[in-house]
Amino acid sequence: MTEAQPILSISNLQTRFATRYGLVTAVDGVSLDVMPGECVGVVGESGSGKSVTFASVMGLIKPPGWIDGGSIKFEGQELVGMSERSYRSLRGKYIAMTMQDALTALNPALTVGFQIMEVLLAHDSQISGSARNRIREARARVIEMMMLVRIPSPETRLNDYPHQFSGGMRQRMMIAIALACRPKLLIADEPTTALDVTIQAQVLELITDIRQTLGMSVILITHDLGVVAEYCDRVAVMYAGQVIESGPTKSVIGQPSHPYTQGLLRSIPNLANLDKRIRPIEGQVPELIDLTPGCRFIGRCDVREVACTQRVEMRNIGQGRTVRCIQPKGNVQ
Amino acid sequence: MNKAMKCTAGTADQYVLLQVNNLVKHYDSRSGLWGKITGNPGSLVLAVDGVSLTINRGETLGLIGESGCGKSTLGRAILRLHEPTSGSVTFDGTDVTKLDADSLKKMRRRMQIIFQDPYASLNPRKTIEDIIGTALRLQGVAKSSDIRGCVTQLLENVGLKPDHMTRFPHQFSGGQRQRIGIARALALNPEFIVCDEPVSALDVSIQAQVIQLLDDLKRELGLTYLFISHDISVIGYISDHIAVMYLGDIVETGPTKQILTDPQHPYTQALLSAVPRVDGSGTGDRVKLTGDLPSPINPPKGCKFHTRCPYAKDECQLKKPEHHELKNGLTVACHLVTGN
Repeated sequence: MTEAQPILSISNLQTRFATRYGLVTAVDGVSLDVMPGECVGVVGESGSGKSVTFASVMGLIKPPGWIDGGSIKFEGQELVGMSERSYRSLRGKYIAMTMQDALTALNPALTVGFQIMEVLLAHDSQISGSARNRIREARARVIEMMMLVRIPSPETRLNDYPHQFSGGMRQRMMIAIALACRPKLLIADEPTTALDVTIQAQVLELITDIRQTLGMSVILITHDLGVVAEYCDRVAVMYAGQVIESGPTKSVIGQPSHPYTQGLLRSIPNLANLDKRIRPIEGQVPELIDLTPGCRFIGRCDVREVACTQRVEMRNIGQGRTVRCIQPKGNVQ
Repeated sequence: MNKAMKCTAGTADQYVLLQVNNLVKHYDSRSGLWGKITGNPGSLVLAVDGVSLTINRGETLGLIGESGCGKSTLGRAILRLHEPTSGSVTFDGTDVTKLDADSLKKMRRRMQIIFQDPYASLNPRKTIEDIIGTALRLQGVAKSSDIRGCVTQLLENVGLKPDHMTRFPHQFSGGQRQRIGIARALALNPEFIVCDEPVSALDVSIQAQVIQLLDDLKRELGLTYLFISHDISVIGYISDHIAVMYLGDIVETGPTKQILTDPQHPYTQALLSAVPRVDGSGTGDRVKLTGDLPSPINPPKGCKFHTRCPYAKDECQLKKPEHHELKNGLTVACHLVTGN
């Protein structure tokens, strides 16, 4: 590990929701560091808590939910418990997030140009002067952003509404909004889930290009291990509100340590070797209400033991890898 | 594999279960009342634009393409859930497009469909017994006293418990709902099932369970599938043959292995190389596509792919390419692939 300080440091985060069925611990003790310039993948199935973790980072958890413990530090500054006012000056300017489902996340009643400009006028102190001057300057920046995300003829298209764009273009617009103030950290929540593979490749390559030119860090939330394998330096695998394995992408995917990660990889048909049969993980993700203290994966695990009913802590297994399992074996195939 | 070899030509009739010939489905809004009132000329959507396919008995044909390319419309037009505009669908020697309502109803016992969205395709007000048993009752294949027994059996076949019968759809998870959808399709003991994106709404670990179930059922019951998906790894895993669709046309068909290892059409190549691979094997020379799928309302002239094709020539803008068969079993519609 280098001397560099992480740009984002989440430690032991707990986010809970009070529902009429009981207390839901959506995020339970998540710890994650993101280094400057790094791309970290967060994978997990629906309900694994990946979106809630980063909604917590963005200060978007509102009642009936609350952050019950832990800390989130951005460049050393504690975000948990920060005032809404301070958060407003941070969001969009230093940390930006693109929401899942670009098809609904843009405001249908406003032109895309306005939606990008809004961020600039709210945050960018370089844009100053009279109102007319500011708008003219912001407009130039909007065109620049639209060119950056490769929207053809931005001068005319900035007056168009979201419905006049295709899915891939709307996703790129979301990225343009997120990047308008050149944030240091981009959180991309399932940026390509609603898109076709050819468009997915376009969007992910765009994010990679911009990351390298602007030197920003990216957190890529996804359920697609293929996307992680190709675009991320490190990966954190989440299951039922916990990070159950993390480390450099190559080694985690090449030699998964946690039985869940192993199972996940066995569930995906391998295009390079189609004769290899897939082996699904039996059972389902547990309900997050009134969980037992033991391992979350115990009900679906092939190698469970009695000791797994006790709380399992994250363990360091070397080479920057951690795993939340009492008996991490090598590559069990 | 030897079975696949025998069938690639698609001529031996005892092997062919379904033959689709030049099937067309256009949606025409040009002559509507609304158009007359508003003066809006309306449009003609060429959703399926002259598709020919052959599916052999006991095999799975995977149909792949981007959203909006017409693959679901094709699946539905084959079953006449959407009435085809022209062309023919020959199922086991009978032209389905010419059947009257009574014969079509009888034919539906033999051809069924599993829908994409397990949340929208089950009636929330009906119990599972009703949902699965309705087809049995309507088709009169089981006495009302036997229906419960049949449903029990079907639920067991798809890995659910008999006491799930009295529950409602909202009490099930996505994967379980898709199992119910499968049980419903199996109720009439069909020979052919159109699987319209049956796993795309499911999480990876659940997706694998459902793929495995479909694969097991196919083998046990000798089913034939038309498997529609946009996920190439799923299609590659489950199919014997693959057909690649682009803007209402089939651009390439052939045995799974050939399509995946040696695709000839530039679109198939681009589609395959865009898939992120877990083992990192796909990162090499990626064929990049720029732009989006054009609209099927005014599709590009000539080869519909020429607007995005990295190798397009003048000829491609003028003339629509014919399908021609190559030596390795692939059939390709592209001016640049001559097979010599």
